[in-house]
Amino acid sequence: MYIVISNSDPTPLYEQIKKQVINGIIEGKIRSGYPLPSIRALARELKVSVITVKKAYEDLENAGYIITRAGKGSFVAEASMEFAREEKLKMVEEKLTEGIKICRELNMSDTEIKKAFQVILKEMS
Amino acid sequence: MEQYILEVNGLVKRYKDFSLEKVTFSLPEGYIMGFIGQNGAGKSTTIKAIMNLVPFEAGDIKIFGLDNKDHTVELRNKIGYVSEEQYFYEKMSVDWTGKFIGSFYPNWDQHYFEKLLNQFKVEKTKKIKELSKGMKVKLSMALALAHHPKLLILDEPTSGLDPVIRNELLELFLDLIQDEKTSILFSSHITSDIEKVADYITIINDGKVIISEDKHGILENWGIIKAENSYFHQEIANKLAGLNKGDFGYSGATPDLEAFEVLFRKIFPQGKYLVERITLDELLLRIVKDSEENVAIIS
Repeated sequence: MYIVISNSDPTPLYEQIKKQVINGIIEGKIRSGYPLPSIRALARELKVSVITVKKAYEDLENAGYIITRAGKGSFVAEASMEFAREEKLKMVEEKLTEGIKICRELNMSDTEIKKAFQVILKEMS
Repeated sequence: MEQYILEVNGLVKRYKDFSLEKVTFSLPEGYIMGFIGQNGAGKSTTIKAIMNLVPFEAGDIKIFGLDNKDHTVELRNKIGYVSEEQYFYEKMSVDWTGKFIGSFYPNWDQHYFEKLLNQFKVEKTKKIKELSKGMKVKLSMALALAHHPKLLILDEPTSGLDPVIRNELLELFLDLIQDEKTSILFSSHITSDIEKVADYITIINDGKVIISEDKHGILENWGIIKAENSYFHQEIANKLAGLNKGDFGYSGATPDLEAFEVLFRKIFPQGKYLVERITLDELLLRIVKDSEENVAIIS
């Protein structure tokens, strides 16, 4: 797995690490059982503090994406794929809601909104 | 429960016109702590007290669980120390300096020392006076590391160095803590260096520790608040560190974004304010500003 972080990105570094691990899971690049690099090794590789990677791993573990076995390291959890999908679906809901809100601000009717949605769907197919 | 390698507890040191007031912080094993503050805030004095180089009036310092005054010699063998100023025999060579310093340490590793010199590109045959400032710091680092210390105490190791060498040093720090046993305390007024590699941060100002916490605790809970003057209220201002009031708006740092939201909503239910992420630099500036104006948000 290739993780890259950007110092110019305003997103906190641990969030960047988290996001990339989750994306790796969604895209199928890392599957359940895949061993993640150790916290210290990844910190050195990315040139960030240990506690930054630790925080990212802790959050990932609390959300169920990875599991940590004492002395063995961290692995992608079995149910990680479902969690990742759920997370993405939540994002879909948020973005669509946001889009519809803007439509309403423009006083578009439900029919018009649906039409706009279908136009975009067609364009993207 | 985390194990502490270094515990400074209620350290008091009085000079005629400056004193350390109950300086307290601890460094867990295997981590890097950045020690920041203005020049003259008390960083070097604290470090000298840890190294038992200056006497102090009250408090105690434990290193590897041992009192630093009672076990000075034993502890020196386990600590790598680089002081702010390096004193060497200018006329002697790098090689001679290594052998001289090495003779004081029972577990000196000459092979490792030479490996470090190679890695840092410091020539063994050169005389000390022929070394640049950066080279001297690298030599000091090699001298401090050659007896495999489990605690490194570095006073302003990166100041006065160019960005390339500073970066090399920071990478070296990350290499050293890979064993999960080695811990590093380094002071600096270059906050970006500390923000990059430190796990824990202790901010000292005017002899007092203002904050000592893990890095994320600071960077997540604190925030810069900006709002229009129409949403100004003394109760809000009292909760902002380094308050800056202009003709149109005001800004300040809050130690607790959630509590701030509650307070602000209570006074201005419909009010608006902006939150910006805080940097260590900005935090330090706001803290120093308050102390100069004698207001204290955080105690």
